[in-house]
Amino acid sequence: MRMEVVMEEKAVKYKGTNQKRSEFIWGWLFILPTMLGLIILNIIPIFQTVYQSFFKTGAFGKGNIFIGLDNYTKMFADTAVWQALWNTFKYAIIEVPFSIAIAIVLAVLLNRKMKGRTVYRTIYFLPMVAAPAAVAMVWRWLYNSEFGLLNHALNSIGLKSVNWISNPNIAFISIAVVGIWSVIGYNMVLFLAGLQEIPRDYYEAAEIDGASPVKQFFNITLPLISPTMFFVTVTRIIGALQVFDSIYMMMDKTNPAFAKTQSLVYLFYKYSFMEANKGYGSAIVMLLLVVIMIITVIQMACQKKWVNYN
Amino acid sequence: MDKKKTASTVAIHMILIIGAIIMVVPFIWMFLTSFKTVSEATQMNPFIIFPKAWRLDAFQSVASKMDFAKLYINTVVLIVGRVVCAVLTATMAGYAFGRLHFKGRDFAFSLVLFQMMVPAQIFIIPQYLMVSKIGMLNTMFALVFPGLVTAFGTFLLRQAFMGLPKELEEAARLDGCNIGQTFLYVMAPLAKSSMVALGIFTALFAFKDLMWPLVVNTDQTTMPLSAALAKLQGQFAVNYPELMAASLMACIPMVIIYILFQKQFIEGIATSGGKL
Repeated sequence: MRMEVVMEEKAVKYKGTNQKRSEFIWGWLFILPTMLGLIILNIIPIFQTVYQSFFKTGAFGKGNIFIGLDNYTKMFADTAVWQALWNTFKYAIIEVPFSIAIAIVLAVLLNRKMKGRTVYRTIYFLPMVAAPAAVAMVWRWLYNSEFGLLNHALNSIGLKSVNWISNPNIAFISIAVVGIWSVIGYNMVLFLAGLQEIPRDYYEAAEIDGASPVKQFFNITLPLISPTMFFVTVTRIIGALQVFDSIYMMMDKTNPAFAKTQSLVYLFYKYSFMEANKGYGSAIVMLLLVVIMIITVIQMACQKKWVNYN
Repeated sequence: MDKKKTASTVAIHMILIIGAIIMVVPFIWMFLTSFKTVSEATQMNPFIIFPKAWRLDAFQSVASKMDFAKLYINTVVLIVGRVVCAVLTATMAGYAFGRLHFKGRDFAFSLVLFQMMVPAQIFIIPQYLMVSKIGMLNTMFALVFPGLVTAFGTFLLRQAFMGLPKELEEAARLDGCNIGQTFLYVMAPLAKSSMVALGIFTALFAFKDLMWPLVVNTDQTTMPLSAALAKLQGQFAVNYPELMAASLMACIPMVIIYILFQKQFIEGIATSGGKL
């Protein structure tokens, strides 16, 4: 009798270690491709970029000369870099709030049983499936100061033409409008998913209490959707700080507004791949990393103040 | 009360229709311009909205400059390559991270999270140098290369596996399945919707990727659509009918696929959320 119990215990223990061992083997087998890939494609490159930022790069990566912090001192004295950082901020300050606010309104309007809901949703999301190069080209054509549709529309109602992308005071707004137009549908879809999690009876109760739709929006919808909003805000800011495609496609170097619109990532691309100065490009991308980290940490710290997890 | 309700419904539709018009006008303008001649497109007095005749001249001249068959194939290879790699590796890793307990798991997962926090531009120079060192610039492999694995997808699938009930897995184990069989026959099929979501997400952003293809495949014959469009603009900056024709050709396949599968697209994006 006692013997049996001991044997059973041993069997359980044996089975336990066996299970443990097989989970270990299968676990590592399953994550091996991902981990190998991550280490080769991402982890090592992070250190290489840091390393590279201490070098002056000759053409084709040859003739690397160690220059210590020179790239960084050069960068901190480089007004073009600070201007690009400021341009990037200006872009984000317009793109993020507008794309989020408009998307929330659209999502709230669409979050009901109504005719044409799917059609609206499909249309608003459409810019997301277009190639960014195509999007940038068609907007550049719409913005064209001589023959563009926008200026024609302005002229036909008696207003003067606007140099949408060549006036340094306007161009960054025009570029941000393209960003907003492109990303509204994406944000809207995320908000729609968030809205569907709000229980219907909250609204029914509010209606019985006589709360107006506007009141319902501010007192029920906004607080309950704040986790989605937080997520969208964090990811949108990170995305906006990396703006490149539209600037690369829409702004020519000869454009008088070029200096006032080129973004940090554009500068990174320019130095790394057009001028083959990968060392300086690496230093610029390190600046981008630090900026994104700081902004994200601040947002994480502030989330307790307004995000409602329940 | 009912009257009030109809009034508000009408108002809502008005807002949504105006918004929808703003969203489609650029596409319509792209379409209309591509059938015009240069002089029609740049004529101001009178301003021409519809082309006088629906000419295919712009398409023909663009087709003589860009090998669209090749570009479509390259784009498909880029998309399929990244989707297959991402879904395969992320599903396996996601299962291990979400369901198995083993030594080193948490450290390994912290590397996944770390990668997600870093802006992707940091990887580009070293990735480019790697591809260049092994002599693979201007190949299909180069296009797929940064997408061989996905930290974001691994995270997504881990969440999916963590949300599945324990019982099925235990039942499979009791029936004598080993971990590999449990994964393959029981758990992976249950995570199908997340796998589809990741596939759609990966496909969309592979299609939209611009900087990496520009950097790595500079040869016309190995570019995907996005990079080829960018190069085209550099060459023919003023011929808008041609630029719009090329843009239309680049957008149409994805738009058709999107309209056919719009439910999967939108659900896929909603569940994967994601980083841009």
